[in-house]
Amino acid sequence: MAKVLIPTPLRHYVDKRDSVEVEGRTVGEILEALTSQYAELRRHLFNDEGKLRNFVNVYLNDEDIRYLSKEATPVQAGDTLSIVPSIAGGRDGR
Amino acid sequence: MAVEAFAAPAALSNDEILRYSRHLIMPEVAMEGQLKLKRAKVLLIGTGGLGAPLGMYLAAAGVGRIGLVDFDVVDPTNLQRQVIHGTKDVGRKKLDSASERMLDINPFIRIDRYETALTSENALEILRDYDIVVDGTDNFPTRYLVNDACVLLGKPNVYGSIFRFEGQATVFAYNGGPCYRCLYPEPPPPGLVPSCAEGGVLGVLPGAIGAIQATETLKLILGAGEPLVGRLLLYDALAMRFRELKLRKNPECPVCGDNPTIRELIDYHEFCGLPRQESDAGPAEWEISPVEVKAMIDRGERFVLLDVREPHELQICSLPGATSIPLGELTRRVHELDTAEEIVTVCKMGQRSARAANFLRQVGFRKVKNMRGGTNLWAQVVDPTMPRY
Repeated sequence: MAKVLIPTPLRHYVDKRDSVEVEGRTVGEILEALTSQYAELRRHLFNDEGKLRNFVNVYLNDEDIRYLSKEATPVQAGDTLSIVPSIAGGRDGR
Repeated sequence: MAVEAFAAPAALSNDEILRYSRHLIMPEVAMEGQLKLKRAKVLLIGTGGLGAPLGMYLAAAGVGRIGLVDFDVVDPTNLQRQVIHGTKDVGRKKLDSASERMLDINPFIRIDRYETALTSENALEILRDYDIVVDGTDNFPTRYLVNDACVLLGKPNVYGSIFRFEGQATVFAYNGGPCYRCLYPEPPPPGLVPSCAEGGVLGVLPGAIGAIQATETLKLILGAGEPLVGRLLLYDALAMRFRELKLRKNPECPVCGDNPTIRELIDYHEFCGLPRQESDAGPAEWEISPVEVKAMIDRGERFVLLDVREPHELQICSLPGATSIPLGELTRRVHELDTAEEIVTVCKMGQRSARAANFLRQVGFRKVKNMRGGTNLWAQVVDPTMPRY
């Protein structure tokens, strides 16, 4: 069981929750379980080929999974996964 | 736009010494540090939400030369967070009101003004004269442009970004450290991520993130402490929690990696999948003006006025007889609409409704038009009693 922290722009797709507890032994299994439970989240995390999108980073605790074993990275009970998408705001948008 | 030679000051005047007293008595700054600040040249891109606290604090701290890049004018919707501008400044150039405020805070600094959008054509020339670049922009094309220009010129890029209640900050491209593309190789496609204008932002949020950027800028100038390099700081104002994630340099980064493929500035609008010209609205015949929509209503024509804004936006204002289906629910609720009926989509500014109209056309609706300019334009040209937001 790992805790997945959901960023503000994606909370809309997970019943407005800021975190979700998900079962899984690897990062990939956890993301699969998460997007099965919340189907609308899928297209925001994965592209049409089922790969994690280039503007969405996933961290196991404080480490970017791209520098671990990506989706195959093992997850221990009590670990925290963070989904951190790119945001652009700062000046006024129109 | 050329910048004149900037003579490095040798010493502080007595008036400056008095002004910077609280810096001068700290060993981490002291006279040596204050002179470093006075000699420093910082370029601030954008004088909006992040730029407001940045401009004021960098000016107050005594950063000797501050460049400002902005081409916008002050709008009433800015005042909820852009505290460098005041009510009296509505309609003025942001460059005018920002530099006026900064020079009021500290007349001992110099401000260089660039009244232009930063582009691939002018970025290197503008950035070249500065020691540090601070990114206070609001859009992906400019962020990638600022990043690449900083990497190519070897300038640190003090980054901050905000959305609703959440912010990110870090320092990119410092002494060969990771850059924005190491963090995010590509921007999201247009439409998948809402902008601040669509998603909203807590007014004080850019204050917190801009103050962090200002702190990092001063630290870089002073050479004090540990810079926010190789670390991505996340701030969640709702939970009131700061977190830090590791930010590594990507050896395969196309601009700062071992074998860079980007050696000059590119077309960032194209890179971000944006058309050069405004709007993804499609051909003009797919659009309709608020005045024409009003005439259709007055003539009693049968059509569905489909408002795709979020439910909480309907509390601000709504159009007579409109049907509500938020854009995010349209895929799921499209069966509630009849393909035979004439439909006019509407939102706040006409962009979400353009996406809704495109989607409806793709799934077989033929008589769909998007109302140009949304409820904001309606409020200007049809019903002046309706609020804009």
